[in-house]
Amino acid sequence: MSVGILGTKLGMTQVFDETGRSIPVTVIQAGPCPVTQVKTKETDGYAAIQIGFGEARAKVLNKPLLGHLAKTNTDPVRHLVECRVENAGDYEPGQHLKADLFEKGQLVDVVGTSIGRGFAGYQKRHNFKRGPMAHGSKNHRAPGSTGAGTTPGRVYPGKRMAGRLGGTRTTIRKLTVVRVDADRNLILIKGAVPGKPGALVQIMPANIRGKKG
Amino acid sequence: MKAQEIIRSIEAEQMKSDLPNIQIGDTVKVGVIIQEGEKERTQPYEGVVIAMASAGISKTITVRKTFQGVGVERVFLVHSPRIETIKILRRSRVRRAKLYYLRDRIGKATRLKQRFDRALT
Repeated sequence: MSVGILGTKLGMTQVFDETGRSIPVTVIQAGPCPVTQVKTKETDGYAAIQIGFGEARAKVLNKPLLGHLAKTNTDPVRHLVECRVENAGDYEPGQHLKADLFEKGQLVDVVGTSIGRGFAGYQKRHNFKRGPMAHGSKNHRAPGSTGAGTTPGRVYPGKRMAGRLGGTRTTIRKLTVVRVDADRNLILIKGAVPGKPGALVQIMPANIRGKKG
Repeated sequence: MKAQEIIRSIEAEQMKSDLPNIQIGDTVKVGVIIQEGEKERTQPYEGVVIAMASAGISKTITVRKTFQGVGVERVFLVHSPRIETIKILRRSRVRRAKLYYLRDRIGKATRLKQRFDRALT
């Protein structure tokens, strides 16, 4: 896994490209992310860096966490995330990762928490077809059959049913970076990313299958 | 800065400041840049503004005209760089925000009463 950056989804808008076409973009306030810990093979058994994001009052963090951040002289941060990297030694504790980690046109993966939809029915959760709404039909949003009768006498595991939808970790892969504003720590990404405005998202270089890197 | 302010500032970079004050019922002439092979040229499109949608950079106008007896409606993204000019030719007195009733009318019934109290800019 390569090093990403944490950010806050601000919302969506559209921008025009060079040819005048309008592109839907999500605006993300990304970084700066202080490196709060560098883990190496010798000390921790694996190589990784830990990055922080988001302002927090010192009051809301507990003393062990403040002590951990004090080691790298970092201001109190709201979120801490670890990224597995091979070359962890290249990073200095206390160094800041900024939006200029990314460049225009680059493919990125965006990780976030999808919008929670609560207990959702068959149509919304699994895209089942609904029954007729009129002509005396009483079968509107019912599930239909859940399997055969006496044999096997049970519903097979994995049968798609109603239940909690959304609110889970979701990755949207291979989104294009449209613009990077390093001064204002903004990244514009083509298309939608998980969550509502204000949600925490993690942006990292796209993980292309079949390609090491 | 708050999230909405940041998004507005991004939009403001590409928004046009020289747009005329378009109102519902106006007859407008829109210059659309079209690609013909390698060349680009401006094609005029003239008609009545029957609807406006959205605000900010995504603002659109729906322009209706009758061409060879067939009603044609085009939706223009007014801040798009592909829209070269928008010129208001005539203002009308209308009592609706959406003039969809014009779709059901033909010929003389589609006329709108002209008004002269608004400037054409």
